[in-house]
Amino acid sequence: MVTGKGGTGKTTVAAALALGLAAGGHRILLVEVEGRQGLAQLFDTPPLPYVETRLAASQGGEVIGLAVDPEAAMLEYLELFYSIKRGGSVLRKMGAVDFVTTIAPGLRDVLLTGKAKEAVTRKVGGRPVFDAVVLDAPPTGRITQFLQATHEVADLAKFGPIHKQSVGVSTLLHSPQTVIHLVTLLEEMPVQETLDAAAELRAADYRIGRVIVNRARPVLVEAGLLHEGSVDEQTLARGLTQAGLQSGVAVGLATALATEVNEYSQRQAVEAEADDQLAAAGLPIVRLPELSPPVDVGGLFELAGALEPREWQYPPNGVRS
Amino acid sequence: MTAAKPRRRAPVFDVDQLLKDPEIKVIVTCGSGGVGKTTTAAALALRAAEQGRKVVVLTIDPARRLAQALGLTELDNTPRPVRGLDAAQSGKLQAMMLDMKRTFDEVVSAHTTPDKAEQVFANPFYQSLSASFAGTQEYMAMEKLSQLRSQLVAEGEWDLIVVDTPPSRSALDFLDVRMIRLLTAPARAGGKAYLKVVTASFNIFGKVLTRILGNDLLGNVSSFVASLETMFGGFRERADQTYELLKGSDTAFVVVSSPEPDALREASFFVERLQHEQMPLAGVLMNRLRGAAAGLSAEGAGAALERLAELADDSPASLLAQAALRVHVESVRAAAHDRAMIARFAAAHPDVPQRSIPALPTDVHDLVGLRAVGDSLADG
Ligand SMILES: Nc1ncnc2c1ncn2[C@@H]1O[C@H](COP(=O)(O)OP(=O)(O)OP(=O)(O)O)[C@@H](O)[C@H]1O
Ligand SMILES: Nc1ncnc2c1ncn2[C@@H]1O[C@H](COP(=O)(O)OP(=O)(O)O)[C@@H](O)[C@H]1O
Ligand SMILES: [Mg+2]
Ligand SMILES: [Mg+2]
Repeated sequence: MVTGKGGTGKTTVAAALALGLAAGGHRILLVEVEGRQGLAQLFDTPPLPYVETRLAASQGGEVIGLAVDPEAAMLEYLELFYSIKRGGSVLRKMGAVDFVTTIAPGLRDVLLTGKAKEAVTRKVGGRPVFDAVVLDAPPTGRITQFLQATHEVADLAKFGPIHKQSVGVSTLLHSPQTVIHLVTLLEEMPVQETLDAAAELRAADYRIGRVIVNRARPVLVEAGLLHEGSVDEQTLARGLTQAGLQSGVAVGLATALATEVNEYSQRQAVEAEADDQLAAAGLPIVRLPELSPPVDVGGLFELAGALEPREWQYPPNGVRS
Repeated sequence: MTAAKPRRRAPVFDVDQLLKDPEIKVIVTCGSGGVGKTTTAAALALRAAEQGRKVVVLTIDPARRLAQALGLTELDNTPRPVRGLDAAQSGKLQAMMLDMKRTFDEVVSAHTTPDKAEQVFANPFYQSLSASFAGTQEYMAMEKLSQLRSQLVAEGEWDLIVVDTPPSRSALDFLDVRMIRLLTAPARAGGKAYLKVVTASFNIFGKVLTRILGNDLLGNVSSFVASLETMFGGFRERADQTYELLKGSDTAFVVVSSPEPDALREASFFVERLQHEQMPLAGVLMNRLRGAAAGLSAEGAGAALERLAELADDSPASLLAQAALRVHVESVRAAAHDRAMIARFAAAHPDVPQRSIPALPTDVHDLVGLRAVGDSLADG
């Protein structure tokens, strides 16, 4: 599962992660659930239907994409478990499917995680079809609720097949087979949300995989270069003169560049503070650079290379970090 | 091919003019998540107050430190005075944070008998859903706005309400409040009738659904639907009122965006939607625009860097200049990106007033920061 505050790069990171996991001949299913066609945009393909579609090859492996449509998932579910094809279409006509998927996001979430479970456990000739399933999950604000929906539904529907199904999904989500990665930027709000979500997820007994610090700014200004935290303009002007700028120009430029450098180092300090907060929470961190926009498939491979998810070790069975 | 038309420049968004206009009673900031809606709402409210208006700002999910700076330590749906205002003008500022669950409960109580309300509150379905209902936040923000609006009219405590909108990235969520649509839209079966159909479908397919959902769940759902039905008239009336209120000439929508493709796409969508619905769009604010010092191009900086590298001098002056040149190259690139982004937006919406707010070096988490944002909006 890949979550994070809105706009931090969940979809981008989920895609890069899938490419990284596919490298070396693996088959990865990349699932999106928010109905936004983010994967199609990212991989520059036509909108994905609710059908598994090959998105990319990656060093002998491949990434298959799937955009889950909750309504279709519900009908599929009805067909699969109750063989009520016609019932499904009548329910749809009556608006009941709309009703359930809109008014009861809990049920919708159960269907979505249920779909992920189906993909994880699917086998052909006794062998799993996918080596891993990467879910571009809802944002941090909703992630615990998203995962917990199976619990709630299991409680609301005390008996019956939905109860049973929910328990099955919930077991998988709590097992060592599922990890939740948190994407963040080194800014106040995303970091706060990451810390909150990590605490919430741990309390609810889910495993945190990595905190992925996205769009990290390179450290261009070492503290030692500054005088009491800011640029000494005369020193800078001398340096600029050495660089071949006319001394008249260098002095004026030094003032302008000093402001730029001071602001940059303030941002760096904000990022360093955010970094410390994450480290203090004991979260394992991976960093991704800022790429020049727009991020295309080439960029995704670059990010996949920086992630190297095949190298990640997770705490052994039963041990929570 | 059509003859090239002279390029029209998008007009500059005169924010102070808007804040000063006594006819404007409601300002709504909207845009996708994380672009700075809450920050902008607070900055506009502060600026208006410091120019003499009596303002209340309704925030949704403010950053923790910003909430503290505004004196919002509790999520209690009550406007609280903001301390530390510039007292030169006789304005005032109150702020509140939206408590969704409480507002939802208030709505239920207002539209049904105490007995029925108790029943609804006790329904496990309501409990798990009032917090997660698709569109609830949007609806509740609008509900709160209309409450504040009636207070403004009745008591005259404020003369301007600034409303923040929920952090949904999808523009649709806000204008298309799903619950209102479900209850009022004639789309499938039409408002109240729609609920009837749903209830009926539960009866017809009761057996199937019972098998699928289990008995308790079905019972809870249908009693929830039944109670919604009794409150339906109230909901609809409120929704209609709020919609009319938002269309009024005393309301102004301010679309906020960052100079990023996703945010701009949604800002475009918002602008088009507001125009289409004839909602009063005041203008677009491009927030967090990155700038660079003038006087040295990226190429010039690159060449200077190379010269320093050739000298291989590691004196403090040389090292500092190298760092500064690298920062400058980066800043020029970022500034060019942001400028290109907003130029594209301006070309697509030449009739919409626009202006930008610079990216401050740190987060905006106190009145000083809010004032800095506000000051960047000065003079037409
Ligand atoms: N490392 C990076 N370098 C440069 N740009 C990036 C990087 N990661 C993400 N982006 C850009 O940031 C924007 C948001 O990314 P993305 O859509 O992946 O975020 P998200 O968290 O999925 O957003 P949402 O919450 O809307 O689903 C995109 O324009 C993307 O190209
Ligand atoms: N012009 C700006 N310069 C620097 N930081 C900003 C600026 N505008 C917003 N921010 C920061 O960006 C973050 C998100 O802003 P917020 O107003 O909460 O966004 P939204 O309400 O749209 O989700 C906050 O930490 C805020 O301090
Ligand atoms: Mg996404
Ligand atoms: Mg906000």
